[in-house]
Amino acid sequence: MRTEALRGLSRVAAALAALVLAQGAAAAQEAAAKEAGKPGADWQSWHANTNVTDMPSVQRGSRNFVSYCLGCHALKYERWSRLARDLSIPPQLLQKDLLPPGDKSTDYILTTMPSKDADTWFGKTPPDLSLMARARGPDYLYQYLKTFYVDPSRQTGANNLRLPTTAMPDVLSELAGLKRAVFRNVMIKGEGGQFTHEQLFDHFETLAPGRLSETEYDQFVRDTVNFLDYVSEPTQAARRALGVWVVLFLLLFTWLAWLVKREYWRDVH
Amino acid sequence: MADHAVVADEEVDLSRRKFLTGATVATGAVGVVFAAVPFIESWSPSERARAQGAPVELDISKIDPGQMAVPVWRKTPIYVVRRTPDMVAHVSGHDSELKDPKSEDSDQPAYAKNTLRSRTEEYLVLIGVCTHLGCLPKQRFAPGELYPSWPGGFFCPCHGSRFDLAGRVFDGSPASTNLRVPPYSYPNPRTLLIGEDEKGAA
Amino acid sequence: MAVKTASGAPAAVPLGSTVQPGKKGFWAWLNRRMPIDEFIASQLTGYYAPKNFNIWYFFGSLALLVLVVQLLSGIYLTMFYKVGEASSFDSVEYIMREVDYGWLIRYLHSTGASAFFIVVYLHMYRALLYGSYRAPRELLWLIGMLVYFALMAEAFMGYVLPWGNMSFWGAQVIVNLFGTIPGIGPGLVEWIRGDYAIADATVDRFFAMHVALLPLALLLLVMLHLVALRQTGSNNPDGIEIKEKLGPDGHPLDGIPFHPYYTVKDVVGVGVFGVLFAIVVFFVPTLGGLFLESPNFEPANPLSTPEHIAPAWYFTPYYAILRAVPDQRLGALLLVLAVALFLFLPWLDRSPVKSMRYKGWMSRSALALFTVAVLVLGYLGMQPATGLYVVLARTFAVAYFAYFLLMPIYTKLEPVKPLPERLTYHAH
Repeated sequence: MRTEALRGLSRVAAALAALVLAQGAAAAQEAAAKEAGKPGADWQSWHANTNVTDMPSVQRGSRNFVSYCLGCHALKYERWSRLARDLSIPPQLLQKDLLPPGDKSTDYILTTMPSKDADTWFGKTPPDLSLMARARGPDYLYQYLKTFYVDPSRQTGANNLRLPTTAMPDVLSELAGLKRAVFRNVMIKGEGGQFTHEQLFDHFETLAPGRLSETEYDQFVRDTVNFLDYVSEPTQAARRALGVWVVLFLLLFTWLAWLVKREYWRDVH
Repeated sequence: MADHAVVADEEVDLSRRKFLTGATVATGAVGVVFAAVPFIESWSPSERARAQGAPVELDISKIDPGQMAVPVWRKTPIYVVRRTPDMVAHVSGHDSELKDPKSEDSDQPAYAKNTLRSRTEEYLVLIGVCTHLGCLPKQRFAPGELYPSWPGGFFCPCHGSRFDLAGRVFDGSPASTNLRVPPYSYPNPRTLLIGEDEKGAA
Repeated sequence: MAVKTASGAPAAVPLGSTVQPGKKGFWAWLNRRMPIDEFIASQLTGYYAPKNFNIWYFFGSLALLVLVVQLLSGIYLTMFYKVGEASSFDSVEYIMREVDYGWLIRYLHSTGASAFFIVVYLHMYRALLYGSYRAPRELLWLIGMLVYFALMAEAFMGYVLPWGNMSFWGAQVIVNLFGTIPGIGPGLVEWIRGDYAIADATVDRFFAMHVALLPLALLLLVMLHLVALRQTGSNNPDGIEIKEKLGPDGHPLDGIPFHPYYTVKDVVGVGVFGVLFAIVVFFVPTLGGLFLESPNFEPANPLSTPEHIAPAWYFTPYYAILRAVPDQRLGALLLVLAVALFLFLPWLDRSPVKSMRYKGWMSRSALALFTVAVLVLGYLGMQPATGLYVVLARTFAVAYFAYFLLMPIYTKLEPVKPLPERLTYHAH
């Protein structure tokens, strides 16, 4: 009876320990990859570090979006006028640089590509990006836009580490250049104990440089993701700004209430 | 230990207690007022309503002389009448029968506060809503259509308010002010822009 | 000997004596027509509560506060929300982006939902700590549990309304649970959905339930909960009855008038809670996916299940129990049992004392283990159900049930500490 209980306990302890170890091992592997200096090896730990109050960055991102994304992706919950107001873009500049001909400034930001065509071209409709930064997170988008590589086996000629077998062609290769992904074979011990072969990503090799340098492209992606982060919740800057005052007010109120409480409770013995 | 949980303490400073309670209640009241703001504000026209209420363009060259176009601005019919010289002539001569001939008590932009109540002689732009209780006045442009001395204008079917071809209200109508004029402008000679003038969008 | 209070609050006020017949003025006029002073005297200034309430006693009044926040923000949301398969998701984004301060009202409501469970769980935990479910408060506890059940239904249906992909699949999984009931299951599922899948009809009826029927039920139950509380009076951390030691004026020697002493104290609790609540609403409204899940920012898609499907955090301990069982029907049964066992606590606890302060080491260890079990199960319920997690979930599910089922034994076996004559309280 006692030994049963002990055995049960030790199993639980082992399971807990294994959990902790597994987490630690993953972190260690990541750190090792970083140290090895292999380009792209640590892509899973890349952060977009977005900041929607960095107005120039969000503005650049909006231009990037209109030039490179709007052909296929819409922002169906955002109006051009809202964009112009939030990003301090003057109306003339909005008309000249951003607004597609024939669209009113109060229109939603819609793509001109009919979804039926998109279906036949890509096998699926390119998703609306209004909420993508909330649904997947800015880091996801950042990693996605930075891990395209050449893959002749795909119909689009491109593949992606963040979203393998993505239907999207590598439209930014003109800027980023072309990369080859180098994989290594590893043996992985499965749950049943038998080993299986698996291909693990090792690093990127540049095949052809793009129009932008690596840092320039990085900034391009950061700006674009920053813009998408703004679009996913246009009120977020106002929210934080208001929050500071609300919290300060409530702290003042709580302090006063505490003083009152202390006064009254002098009676209680 | 006292027998009772609550005893009056000799040293209790009642005025301090009162002051602190007052300060807390006042702060709380301010907080409640602040908290009410978002709820009250949420009732004002939303971004969508504002977008749908954006200025409306109308190609006025397509209106035949003597005819009226009724574009919709902010879910409200706008009466745009292309007046013939004859109709313009019929606007004057009955000032004594009007309640507010000089549009002193009526609602219109400064550029429409004149006899013809418009920027140009030819085009009359009015909000097509009776100033009495909000019905839509009918067009009765032909002189004598309502009664022999009728100079032509608008007639409200609900309560019988009558307006001339400048939207000015006749004596004996339940409405007491002239038909309202929206802000408008002409970006080019063929185009009427309702809802926006030199002062910007309404 | 009359009790004098420095606040000037009347210490002992017989009912009906507050209005002097000759008294003039608006207040007196009002009181002859509406028993306002009498109500205040009987429910606040003349209602005596134990003087030794600690931090655990804030959560009842906070639950009331959250209820008000939810009613208010919820009513405002209904003004802009458009229920329906085709419009729900869009209208929520409309609220978030195009209605002035719509984002704030929505975040108040979404944060309020989680805050409701936080304060209610802490409120319930207080009862476990100090035996507040014991006689004479069994009915108070049972009504409280009904409030909790209504809250669960309310939260589940509200979760479906934004019609995101987690809303859809959450509804799918929970509604399918009813399918495990022998015989009537499949028909019942179809009846709840009103269609052959989670669809327009489902979200329409969930909306009506969420905004009308269940809030009414909640209000009624909360009122009954308060009425029952006024009858028995509050328990306290010592778990002894203050009504057994009355002073010559007929009031408990260890009781203090609820007003002003506990009103001013509760206001401090409201302030602290408000600060924490505002920090979440304004700075981390999604709380890393705990209060608002990322997949729910994608519209409902009946053809694509989110990668990790888990209910909102407040249901994850039960969800972990459900998944720990390899049999569908048994899993659902244990899930129901896990919730329902709370109802039997007043009769499972056989200890001669109520409060954990005087119970023995067995009760203390059992509660500690139960606490750990709930937390671990809550965590596991959010994780994918892989081998390792299933082992842990089963272990802690056993611990969860053991807390209840062994209670009649360990509360009888253990030695307890002697109860004090009077409340333990140290003035600050």
